Amino acid sequence: MRTSTKTYSGWGRVKRATGHVARPEKPDEIDITAPAIGNCRSYGDASLNTDGTAIDTTWMDRILHFDAKTGQVTVEAGMQIGALARIFAGRGWIPAVMPGTGFATIGGCIAHDVHGKNHHIHGSFGQHVVKLTLLQNGVRKTVSPKSNKELFAATVGGLGQTGVIVQAVLQLMPCAGDVMMVTEQRADGWDEFVALLDASVATYTVGWIDATATGDTLGRGILEEAELGRGIVPDSKQAKSVPFNAPNFALSAPIVKLFNAAYFRRVPERGRTSVKPIGDFFFPLDKIHDWNRLYGKRGFHQFQCVVPVERAPALREMLRMIAASGLASPLAVLKRMGAGSAGMMSFPMDGYTLAVDFPNKDGAEPLIRTLIDKTAEIGGRVYLAKDALATGDQIKPMYPNHAKWIKAVTKADPDGAMETDIIRRLNLRTPL
Amino acid sequence: MNQTWIILGASSAIARAFCRELAERGDAMVLAGRRKDDLDATATDLKARGASAVDVVLFDARDPSSFDAVIDTVDGVEGLISAAVFVGSMPTQEAIDADPTLIDGTVFDSFTGPAHFLTQLAPKMEERGGGTIVGVGSVAGDRGRLGNYVYGAAKAGFATYLQGLRNRMGREGVHVMTVKPGPVDTPMTFGMDDLPFMAQPETVARDIMRGVERKRNVIYTAKIWWVIMMVIRSIPEAIFKKLSI
Repeated sequence: MRTSTKTYSGWGRVKRATGHVARPEKPDEIDITAPAIGNCRSYGDASLNTDGTAIDTTWMDRILHFDAKTGQVTVEAGMQIGALARIFAGRGWIPAVMPGTGFATIGGCIAHDVHGKNHHIHGSFGQHVVKLTLLQNGVRKTVSPKSNKELFAATVGGLGQTGVIVQAVLQLMPCAGDVMMVTEQRADGWDEFVALLDASVATYTVGWIDATATGDTLGRGILEEAELGRGIVPDSKQAKSVPFNAPNFALSAPIVKLFNAAYFRRVPERGRTSVKPIGDFFFPLDKIHDWNRLYGKRGFHQFQCVVPVERAPALREMLRMIAASGLASPLAVLKRMGAGSAGMMSFPMDGYTLAVDFPNKDGAEPLIRTLIDKTAEIGGRVYLAKDALATGDQIKPMYPNHAKWIKAVTKADPDGAMETDIIRRLNLRTPL
Repeated sequence: MNQTWIILGASSAIARAFCRELAERGDAMVLAGRRKDDLDATATDLKARGASAVDVVLFDARDPSSFDAVIDTVDGVEGLISAAVFVGSMPTQEAIDADPTLIDGTVFDSFTGPAHFLTQLAPKMEERGGGTIVGVGSVAGDRGRLGNYVYGAAKAGFATYLQGLRNRMGREGVHVMTVKPGPVDTPMTFGMDDLPFMAQPETVARDIMRGVERKRNVIYTAKIWWVIMMVIRSIPEAIFKKLSI
């Protein structure tokens, strides 16, 4: 099939690739063996194939079947999760798990076994995949947790290494309506924040954390708790876009500190409850297209780790290092995570997860490397959908089923035709 | 009030995006095109997106005997009928120079086929006293240029036809809108060298929808092409014939 030579990047825009990209409209047009990419919303190099060919699945985005009785929907892999939510929420169904951006494709959600703000209750994306169809060397194969347990578990969270995911059957979740009741409250410091997270009984929980606050205010932030409900709210505002790269000073330490302080005080001391369209709650940044340009030409990194519950104090220490560095951007999230995951290489585990964006300034990369080491030391895990800097030696011990995954992937793709930049960087298809 | 739209060339990328807009409004559609299995999948998709009803019927712009079946599908339908034409084909000028018989097919797909179809449909729409016809032409029809003047000539013919049709149908309450897109990011243009001011199919579809709602006569999409073509049209022929733009 026809390909185009393109230079493309992960969402963080630090990692780039030049290579061929094919863009089929229908799965049966695919006559090449190459890794699939979606909307390139993973931050590092998971969606890149330097000097090779990638199959852009974003034009395969049809709903192939919907059963209004069971809530099972069959979609092509390039369908965007936000579109799926928009189409079905008004009719009483919603994707059970949604990541922080609605622009992620279903194929990408599966390949990273993404999680959402309800992970502690509903688990990861892959746990709601009834079955999926893989294209392996031109042959279609239906894979489900029942029919082909190993291959399914190697595909979910498997970074596209088992074949091209062309379609999937998802179990949607019934919902009362398409508005969110959101309660926001301040947490004045780390201990209070963790206590609030632990005590939360809400279906959807997410904490914004001020990664520039130090001293007594270290770990302060805003806890958002939300439930789906029925109601009428005005449509969210039209999306704006960032037309050009922002200059470097836009995210300099004093400006971020000022912004964060204002953002913190925006929520009254006694908290507040408001009603929002679902998109505004689940995908707050999607309203600003190309917001990654705010980080300027050099791009940015996101560090995301999860650590076991009992290692929360070590996570506090990591946050202290981040705050002391003055390198963080306003985007930082702290969340309680449950144990649910569906793949051998899935990120989630029972614990606390911290995600922090860093403009790619001097000092950011060494700091992130140190944070990755710390994560490894305390038995935590780094999220491959975000990572651009780790080494294989750091990553492999974090994933207990890595050896099993290699076995399944080698069977599915013996020639290594599906390898991508992240696989090569981490040497992920060979054992430690 | 929901209406029923006949979509000619429903497999095209712009048509697909336009149909999704219609589906969100809850309109009904008849998808007409050459690839039945593909259109069936699109029909399921559109129903899931909110279309009140979607039919699929085979249609080939070069085969007028396929037209009746399309028009028959709306005979029993209540409410207003509208139609949107997305068919057309664009062999390269070099291919045409090497094989002039390609001209016939290009003119058939982009002009005479759709014109024949619309002429056949027109009385039915006039009877109902409303509805919209959307005809997709091209900026290429605004001036004969070195690069694609056969395609341009076919689109120019279609644009003139639509002008006349607008003149006729307006009297009966039927609105005819001509759409002139610049380059659009489609499977047809994918992988071509940088085309200027390329628009996404979703943008074109939204522009068409807005044009229909505001009863515009002629729209350019992306809008910049209105300016560009005004400039290109105003270049005196004596100079233009020496340019290769």
